[in-house]
Amino acid sequence: MLELNQLTKTFHPGTPNEVRALRGVNLTIEDGSFVVVIGTNGSGKSTLLNAVAGSFFVDTGSIRLRGEDVTRWPEHRRAKFIGRVFQNPFTGTAPHLSIAENLALAAKRGRARGCGWALNSSLSSDLRERVRQMGLGMEDRLSNAIGSLSGGQRQSLTLLMAGLIKPDLLLLDEHTAALDPKSADQVIRLTDDMIRRDKLTTMMVTHSMHQAAYLGDRLIMMVRGQVIHDFRGTEKQRLTPEALLARFEEVRRLEQLDEAAAEQLRRQYV
Amino acid sequence: MTLLIGSLTMGLILALLAFGVLISFRILAFRDLTADGSLTLGGSVAAALLVSGWNPWAATFVAVLSGALAGATTGVLAMKCKINGLLAGILVMTALYSVNLRVMGKSNVPLMESRTILSSAEQLADASTHWRIWIGLWPGQFGYEDVFLPLALDHDMSVIGLVLLMIAAVGVGMVAFFRTNLGLAMRATGDNPDMIRALGVDVDWMTTLGLAIANGLTAFAGALLVQYQGFADVQMGIGMVVLGFASVIIGETLVGSRIVGFLICGAVMGSVLFRLLVAIALRWGLNPNDLKLVTAVFVLAALVTPDLWKAARKQLSPAR
Repeated sequence: MLELNQLTKTFHPGTPNEVRALRGVNLTIEDGSFVVVIGTNGSGKSTLLNAVAGSFFVDTGSIRLRGEDVTRWPEHRRAKFIGRVFQNPFTGTAPHLSIAENLALAAKRGRARGCGWALNSSLSSDLRERVRQMGLGMEDRLSNAIGSLSGGQRQSLTLLMAGLIKPDLLLLDEHTAALDPKSADQVIRLTDDMIRRDKLTTMMVTHSMHQAAYLGDRLIMMVRGQVIHDFRGTEKQRLTPEALLARFEEVRRLEQLDEAAAEQLRRQYV
Repeated sequence: MTLLIGSLTMGLILALLAFGVLISFRILAFRDLTADGSLTLGGSVAAALLVSGWNPWAATFVAVLSGALAGATTGVLAMKCKINGLLAGILVMTALYSVNLRVMGKSNVPLMESRTILSSAEQLADASTHWRIWIGLWPGQFGYEDVFLPLALDHDMSVIGLVLLMIAAVGVGMVAFFRTNLGLAMRATGDNPDMIRALGVDVDWMTTLGLAIANGLTAFAGALLVQYQGFADVQMGIGMVVLGFASVIIGETLVGSRIVGFLICGAVMGSVLFRLLVAIALRWGLNPNDLKLVTAVFVLAALVTPDLWKAARKQLSPAR
């Protein structure tokens, strides 16, 4: 279970570039639920994921994972519980290492790394089987450098790596946004299969209204560093891409109104 | 012959330096300039201990540890104090100059008659001569060995044999290490720190450990160099990073692969080849004072040529 309590984060405080990325986010995610996160550009959805992963520390608030307070844990320590796939397909894999070596690294996620051989024969055959199950035909190329693969293949492998040891929380940060439509479909299919099969607790940020409407069992919508909508259960199941777009339109109008109001205030007082 | 064997031995000893540079520059992708100081540190620690009568193996071991400590210091400065990596290396290198003078007490320490690892290699060779006599293989017995030549060669050969053994052991050890879980994580740290952090590795600590190993090897080179040439000098480390880097680049060109085992073999080959080239150039009348300039220009050329070549080909290729 993931519990976020009153998270705030401001980047570059006290400078002209100040960004209040998170403005008091409260969220509880039960074990086994698949939460889709959507929002406008700069709404703080990726920031939220990075805050949970520990890429930076939040200014205030607390993050509890599996009942433990991880708010002050560095990123690498939280990795014991968290599997991640990034937006950039190059972020999740080490290009000059082989497919097998990348997978072997993931097989030790969050565990002590000693002086045992990284790729013993039982692990190698195990990894080959896992790659074969993905059905992408990469199981006979395990000694190839991962940098020689396409973005879609790399992202599929990153996904496999994130779930190689079952994570307590899977974080997907627009992990299909940089892929061509065909690869994106493939990665989404693999994602959905893996989450269902292993009953993974998941947060997935996406730009795709289609993915947002048809994946997951809960959807939250963020605007200006806050969660403004939270759809669950049948309400989530009934959502359509059109309905979501309509919500976005609503938000856009609200924001325009806000901007007009702010402009008026500025003219009056400055 | 002596020239050849001399540069071979030097090349092999400096292969340890190339290993160090290989780990920091290529595997960790950390531009570590500590080596100029840590090589001298290894040399001065070894010299000071040898002169005070330490066992040469123990003295060399302490020299390696001192280098590792210097590397770890650079690592902590760069990773924990968030200082730019280049600057962290320069700071430690500069500080080490004074440390080295303190360790030696003066700027140059001759080893005189102190026992060294390499002189113990001679003893080994002597023992083997005794052994040969004992089993009835008297030197010159079959008439093809000159009476004086084998004695002279035995010395050089035993030294080069021992150095070769040590380099082989270190090289095999490195290949093995980079196949362990820890070593693989270190390679990934240099290749993609974001990825390995997300897999639970403390990148700061891993980089620090890698720099400690790299500079330990560099100090090992310094310690052996001192025992080979018979003195330690506070200036002996100047330009060593560039020298090691030149060896690594030559090695990469020779083996043409980024597989770690090949890179390690390449570093040895590059280091020896570079020494031979230097020996030949000096023979041809290159002023030794120009050596560092020539080395630097060589590295510069090796770094920019591939890009220039690519640009030239683009220019020359027919427009569509």
